[in-house]
Amino acid sequence: MGNLSRMPDSLREAVGSLLLAMADEEVLIGHRDSEWVGHAPILEADIAIASIAQDEIGHAILWYSLLQELGWPDPDRMAYFRNPQEFRNATLVELPRGDWAFTVVRQFLFDFAEKVRLEALMSSAWAPLAEAATKVRREETYHLMHSRAWIARLGDATEESHQRMQAALDLAWPHALGLFESAPGEALRVAEGIQPSEAELRARWEAEVRPILEAASLVIPQAEPIYGGRTGRHTEHLTSLLADFQLVARSGLGETW
Amino acid sequence: MVNDSREKGRLTRETILAALETVKDPEIPTVSIVDLGLIYDVRVKDEEVEVDFAPTFVGCPALHAMEQAIVERIQSLGARSVQVRRVYRPPWTADRMNERARQALRELGIAPPRPVPAEITLAVFEKLPCPFCGSNDTRMENLFGPTSCRALFYCNTCQQPFEAFKPL
Repeated sequence: MGNLSRMPDSLREAVGSLLLAMADEEVLIGHRDSEWVGHAPILEADIAIASIAQDEIGHAILWYSLLQELGWPDPDRMAYFRNPQEFRNATLVELPRGDWAFTVVRQFLFDFAEKVRLEALMSSAWAPLAEAATKVRREETYHLMHSRAWIARLGDATEESHQRMQAALDLAWPHALGLFESAPGEALRVAEGIQPSEAELRARWEAEVRPILEAASLVIPQAEPIYGGRTGRHTEHLTSLLADFQLVARSGLGETW
Repeated sequence: MVNDSREKGRLTRETILAALETVKDPEIPTVSIVDLGLIYDVRVKDEEVEVDFAPTFVGCPALHAMEQAIVERIQSLGARSVQVRRVYRPPWTADRMNERARQALRELGIAPPRPVPAEITLAVFEKLPCPFCGSNDTRMENLFGPTSCRALFYCNTCQQPFEAFKPL
């Protein structure tokens, strides 16, 4: 299925709602990562997080471009001219960057969620999505190596590093479960072979992240998922993030560079 | 030069590919986009040209500059319109670089990638030959570098830091 003109409107809406969640998550985690530029604990970490931020924002542009093919506005308009309640990201990616432990725990949970989602979408029935997922999955290999290494390094290195990592995981975990909140149109997407169910993706994700966290002496909290992002209910942090992120574009100064 | 090349019949797939040899990746200014394997196809019909262009990394900030340079170079051959399409199938891999690109990378102090395995692991970075002295006694210092496509290394033999193009 690559032909847009033959895609019924209901399916176009359903595919768009998946792409919107993916694009919004990439652009926001990319922005949070970029806040570390010049502040990371060591120079190598600074270079790495800047490069990861650039990759994630690049992936966001790719998902927004697919949305544009489906009839949504262009990527800049989507990123810079929507209000918080119009964003469809899980709340995980809007939380403040916190300390380095929180940054690497969040990135780890997010990278592996992307991994299982992309691997599933590589065989999506909508060919443009399958092709893009195949491309992005290859790039994510380096993010996965990076975040995995930080979990192993800090999980049980010192008393302080362990405490900070455990606190980060306690905060991030219920928000990370929100990455698998059902986005509108899921049943139709599953029926049409666009994606497997979110419950299935979550199960695959837990099977990957639990052993890595446990091997680093971290305890996975018993917590209910924090949902709401997929219907535009966000934490107060998204408002301040967007005020910063969208300031230049909305000031009218950014028309030409 | 521009006028000389505006003759009918010169706008073919072959003349365009030859002309694109002068278009470089601005972050690797000695290597052409053709030698990097970024041009998947060129189609010409009635002075209208379509180019299939594959990004190395999707977030590469040099993509727009390269696409603009492709358009300008082909327009200088007399094309009426030039469309550059970004393509992802099959995904670009470092195996598409030719030997000329690899040699040019070494001369810049960037180790070219080894053949890309089906699954990329840290093993691809072990004993990577130093582009300056050729020693295998090297170590990876950082998976990330000054651009998305490069990682940072150190040579224990000649004691020089160097970069390597990431396998993808």
